[in-house]
Amino acid sequence: MNDIYQQYKGVGIRKICFILGLAATLMLIAMLSITQGASSLGFFNSFKALFAQGGVARGIVLELRLPRIVMAVLVGWGLGLAGSVFQAILKNPLASPYTLGIASSAGFGAVVAIIFGGINYAQYVIAGSAFFFALMASFIILGIARYKSTTPETMILAGIAVMFLFSALSSFLQYMGTMEQVHEIVFWFFGSLSKVGWQEIIVAAAMILLPVPVLLKWSWDLNLLAAGDESARALGVNVARIRMGGVIFGSLITAAAICFTGVIGFIGLVSPHIARMLIGSDHWFLLPASGLIGAILVLTADTIGRTMWAPQMIPIGIVTSFIGVPFFFYLLMKKKKEYW
Amino acid sequence: MLSVEDLFFGYKNTAILENIKIHLRRGEFLSIVGPNGTGKTTLLKCIAGVVKPGRGKIFIDELDAARMSRLDHARRVAYVPQNSPAKFPISVFDAVLMGRRPYIAWRPSENDLKAVADILKSMDLEEFALRDFDRLSGGQQQKVLLARAVAQDSDYLLLDEPTSNLDLKHQMEVLEMISAMVGTKRVGAMLAMHDLNLASRFSDRMVMLKSGQIFSSGTPRQVMTIENIRSVYGVEAVISQTNGHPYILPTGPAKAAV
Repeated sequence: MNDIYQQYKGVGIRKICFILGLAATLMLIAMLSITQGASSLGFFNSFKALFAQGGVARGIVLELRLPRIVMAVLVGWGLGLAGSVFQAILKNPLASPYTLGIASSAGFGAVVAIIFGGINYAQYVIAGSAFFFALMASFIILGIARYKSTTPETMILAGIAVMFLFSALSSFLQYMGTMEQVHEIVFWFFGSLSKVGWQEIIVAAAMILLPVPVLLKWSWDLNLLAAGDESARALGVNVARIRMGGVIFGSLITAAAICFTGVIGFIGLVSPHIARMLIGSDHWFLLPASGLIGAILVLTADTIGRTMWAPQMIPIGIVTSFIGVPFFFYLLMKKKKEYW
Repeated sequence: MLSVEDLFFGYKNTAILENIKIHLRRGEFLSIVGPNGTGKTTLLKCIAGVVKPGRGKIFIDELDAARMSRLDHARRVAYVPQNSPAKFPISVFDAVLMGRRPYIAWRPSENDLKAVADILKSMDLEEFALRDFDRLSGGQQQKVLLARAVAQDSDYLLLDEPTSNLDLKHQMEVLEMISAMVGTKRVGAMLAMHDLNLASRFSDRMVMLKSGQIFSSGTPRQVMTIENIRSVYGVEAVISQTNGHPYILPTGPAKAAV
C-alpha cells in the first residue's frame, strides 16, 4: 500500500549512491594526481614511494604532492559546502562564500600583513591576518543584521558595502607599497596551493571539518528556509538563529579555506549549483555533494595547473575559472529545472 | 482551547489590531472576515507566532504561547500563509514532509515517511508525490500546503485565505478537506476569508473585523446582516438563505455615509 513510501526511499538511496560515486571519483583523481608532477617519477613508482623508507621520491610525494592534494580537497570541500550554506541562508543564487565581503576583507588582511610585516613576512602572519579580517567582515554583517533585521536583503547589501570598503582599503595600502610588496599581494590574490605543509593542513582541516556535523543537523532547517521565513518559523525553525549560525560557520570555513591559499574564486558559487542540478535541493544530500564537487573541481584544476607547463605553475585561482566556467555554462544550457 | 486576550499589534503610532478577544475550540471552524487591510493576516501571524504582538496574551490549551518553545508551539499550531514562495524547487513529498519538522531531530524517521505517504494518499496527492511543487497548479499547491499542515499534526490550524486564486472546484475541495479535519480529527480551524459566502457556508462561527477591531462575532447568521455589511464594507446587500446558510448578494455602494 505504501508504494510512494517505497519510491521515495528509492530516490534517497539513489542520492546516497550518487554521493558515494562522487567520493570515489575524488579518490580516483587524487590517486591520478599523486603520480603527476614536475619530476617524472612514473605512475607506479609514485605509489611505491608512498610506502618507501625514505628517499628522494618519498620526499617528493609525501612533502610536495600529497599536502597539495589534501589541501586542494579541503579547500574545495570547504568552499563548496560554505557556498551552499550561504545560498540557502541568503536565499540567493548569486551568494557564495565571498558574498558578505569575506574575500576582499581576507585580502585586506593579507595586504596588511605583507605591507607591515616587514620584508621577511612569515606565512603564518599573512594567513592569520587574512583569517582575522575574513571573520571581521562577517561580524560586521551580523552586527548590522542584529541591529536592523536578519533578512537576506539587508545582509547582502551590507556585504556588498563591506566588500567595497575593504577593496578600497587594500588598494590604498597597495598604492603605498613597494614593487615587491605589490607583487606578493597580486600573487596572494591569484591563490596558490604551493606553500602548504602538513601543519597548515591540520589547522585548516579542524576549522573546515568541525562545523560539518552542525550544518548537517541544520540541513532540515536550511530546506525549510526555502518555504519562506514565515512558514519556517511556524514550523518551529528559529530563522534568525539559523541565519546567524550559517553566517558564522560559513565564514569560519571560508576563512580557514582561503587564509593559507589566497582567494580561489568561483568554486563556492558553482559547486552548489552543479550539485543542485545533479541531486536536488535537500541540504542533507546537497551539502556533502556540493563539498565533494568543490573538492573535485579544485583538485582537478590544481593538478592541471601544476602539470600542464611543469615546472611552471599556473595559479589555482586562474585555472579553476578556466575549467569551471565552461563546465558551468554547459550545465546551465542543459538544465531542465529552475531552482531560483 | 485557543484564546486570544486583549491583543494589540501596531507600528509606532498606528494600531493594526486593537482589543482582539477570540476563542477557538477544538472541532470548531472559525472564519475571520473583513475588508482588505483590517488586520486578518496580522492576527493569524500573531497567533502563529510568526510576529510578536505588542500587548495581550495568547493561550494555547491554557498555556501562554509567549513562554512556549518554538517547537512546542509548532506541534500545537499549524499555519499556512497566503503566499507560497515563487520558487520552491522541492518534491511534493518533501514539501509535505516539512510538516514533520517539529518532531524531527536529525532526519525524518520511518514513521514520519509513512505518515506523509498516508496523508498524500488520503488527500489524493499520490500521483504528484515525486513531482516538483513548482510544477503543480495553484489549487494543487494549496492542497499540498494543507497536507503539510496535516502532517504537522497540530490541534489548531490557521489558514490565510486558503481559497484565494483557486477555481470553484478547488475552493470547494480545499474547504471540504478543512471541514473534514475539523469534524473527524477535532482540529480547531481559524481561516482568514475574503469570500463571505464561502465563509458562511463552512463556518461554525465568524468574526468580522473593521479597522483592526472586532466589529461583530457569532454564528454566520448573526454576523452576516445587512447592517453589518453596510457599516463594515460600505456596501448595500441583500441576504438570502440556502440550506440554512446565509449568503449575500451586493447590490451597490452604501447610500448613507458610514
